[in-house]
Amino acid sequence: MKLRFSRKTLGIPYAVFLLFFVIIPMLVIVFYAFTDQNMHLSFGNFVAFFSDGTKLSTMVYSIVIAIVTTAITLLIAYPVAYILARSKLKKKHVLLLLFITPMWINFILRVNAIRELLSAIQLLGEANYFNTVLGMVYDFLPFMILPLYTTMLKIDGTLYEASADLGGNAFTAFFRVTLPLSTPGILSGITMVFLPSMTNYVVSDMLGNSKVTIIGKFIETYFGTDWHMGSMIALILLIIVMVSTLLSGGFRAEENVRGTSL
Amino acid sequence: MAEHIIELQNVTKYFDDELIIENLSFYVNKGEFITFLGPSGCGKTTTLRMIAGFDLPSSGKILLNGKDISTLPPNKRPINTVFQRYALFPHLNVFENIAFGLKCKRVKNTYRNTEGAEYTKTEKLTKKEIREKVEKALALVDLEGFEKRSISTLSGGQQQRVAIARAVVNEPEILLLDEPLGALDLKMRKEMQIELKEIHKRLGITFIYVTHDQEEALTMSDTIVVMADGGVQQIGTPLKIYDEPANTFVADFIGESNIFTGTVVGKKKVKFCGKTFECLDEFDVNEPVDVVVRPEDIEICPPEQGVLKGKIISAVFKGIHYEITVSVGKYEIVIQTTRRRDEGEQIGMNILPDGIHLMKPKYTTNTYDGAITKKNTVRFGDGEWECDVTQLYAGSHLDEEGYLITAAGEKLDLTDVAVKVEVGLNDVSISDNPDEGGVMGHIISIIYKGDHYRLIVRTEENEEDFVFSTDDLWNENDYVSVIIPKEKIKLTLKNTEGKR
Repeated sequence: MKLRFSRKTLGIPYAVFLLFFVIIPMLVIVFYAFTDQNMHLSFGNFVAFFSDGTKLSTMVYSIVIAIVTTAITLLIAYPVAYILARSKLKKKHVLLLLFITPMWINFILRVNAIRELLSAIQLLGEANYFNTVLGMVYDFLPFMILPLYTTMLKIDGTLYEASADLGGNAFTAFFRVTLPLSTPGILSGITMVFLPSMTNYVVSDMLGNSKVTIIGKFIETYFGTDWHMGSMIALILLIIVMVSTLLSGGFRAEENVRGTSL
Repeated sequence: MAEHIIELQNVTKYFDDELIIENLSFYVNKGEFITFLGPSGCGKTTTLRMIAGFDLPSSGKILLNGKDISTLPPNKRPINTVFQRYALFPHLNVFENIAFGLKCKRVKNTYRNTEGAEYTKTEKLTKKEIREKVEKALALVDLEGFEKRSISTLSGGQQQRVAIARAVVNEPEILLLDEPLGALDLKMRKEMQIELKEIHKRLGITFIYVTHDQEEALTMSDTIVVMADGGVQQIGTPLKIYDEPANTFVADFIGESNIFTGTVVGKKKVKFCGKTFECLDEFDVNEPVDVVVRPEDIEICPPEQGVLKGKIISAVFKGIHYEITVSVGKYEIVIQTTRRRDEGEQIGMNILPDGIHLMKPKYTTNTYDGAITKKNTVRFGDGEWECDVTQLYAGSHLDEEGYLITAAGEKLDLTDVAVKVEVGLNDVSISDNPDEGGVMGHIISIIYKGDHYRLIVRTEENEEDFVFSTDDLWNENDYVSVIIPKEKIKLTLKNTEGKR
């Protein structure tokens, strides 16, 4: 008899993978989040998180740092992606490569390099928030450039001609063609940068001179002592990210209805 | 005299050193439907893009109502375009697409202040004005009620209509249409042709239309500009272009035609296919001419009454007429007739004088600028050829070292001497074998001339053309090598300075 695999059979390994590495760990987190030290069902962690001023303020300024980082990254990446995508340069792939190469260098090494630079100009320990944001912008820039570049590359060049033909100037072309058509790229860039900026405590530890505590650092600390609280914070973070993704996903669905199928 | 709305003066356009348009000059009358017609790569779209402002001429001027607009950006020109693939904005709905230009528009409104003095303000159009204009434009293209529809839900034909509405809503002085019907199926295309003509009549503005479809051009245009190779071949009404093609290229490109090589044998008398015919065009006696006869201008009669006699070798029913091919001696003649004829039938044929069109042949011989090489070969047309250099000096011969000894005994080194090279139209042949000839090139044109083909082979390097006749059937774009026998290369000295 011939061996025949149906699509269902081929899916089994992936189902097993998802079960063991995604679903069960999630359930474990949920379980820990809603139990106390004696493994009894409890909303104590939840209440404790939202009644603790330190935790809440850490959460708020984690979000602020993430927003600032994302905004600056976007402001830098957008013109870069635009120029690269629209230029007729033959070697633009090389230029793009230069922008994203830092991504392939060890992360710790990169952060250390910045740390050395900052201490050389005697900024280390002086401007902790500034340094943290600077490090994050540097680290996450490629993740913003790439999705922006690919979306802008797909914009049909004749649309710019059509815009000019209809009397539009450079502003019209940007605000009514480039910006709306690159929105999907902006959204995926934001998704790629926002979450790491909230949780990547290596940057805040090393560049913020351990004076800047973000929510990711909290999770790490709690998993040393109190798994239940750590799980609760992780769960809350997960929910924040899911909600924001759903929101931006909603925007993207609308874009599709309007026919961005270029 | 009609007003010239657009005038091109000696416009030349290069793209990266490649010559696309060469010294183009013509004008467009206000209000007419003019079509640029030509095969792909003839420069018609580039010409349109220069009028729109997307490309700027390398040299020459474009005048709009007498004013130079050559370097004006597209958004400053009162011209709108219907793009080949529509270029509709995918993120905007039908209404927003059509309103795009209106929202960019600023108008000067005149008001009276409290003291009664007049003053003007530059303002945007109001929402109400925009809505009214968009609705009117949608009505013009029969898409009432489509305002809210997204572009991706529209069919090709509907997108086409939105593209037209988006352009005409701005009330341009000129509407440019770049092969707008190319993406539609045949039936839709026919419908849109009639509708575009209707829209043109209703709006009364100038339409400049680009197409490679000769039938489309003949159906819609007031004037046709036939283009090839970056230049104008002929400008005229569809009727004039069909009935009196300026050259064999136009005759071959527009409609079906029989093209023969003939000779003028008397006052309004021409000889071709071995017989003498009366015609209307006057040329000098003994002048070689190209003769064009449309398939529908040949009358069939019983064999004994015809000037030409022949046997039908194929008869194909084409719907309205039969297209029959008749073999007359070594010639093949195509005839269109509404009466049924069968293969193998013997028939006679007559051609009335007004059915015979004579034109000066574009090519009578190939001429090139060349130079003699060290090896006493000649370099021209992107290739190097064996030749007989002794023809440059009567009575001369070559010595063993390759020097030329003239009749007077003078010893000459011919290296780098500039010469004029002439090669007859019957002296060139081509081959698939790259080693056989002096240079390789692509066949860029094939015209059937009754008993042989007239081919043009163009080299890649400097785009040198070789024009010649052949009995063999080749395909356009074939990559072939050009063969010219040594004795057929005619050399003459270009100037006396070359002598050393």
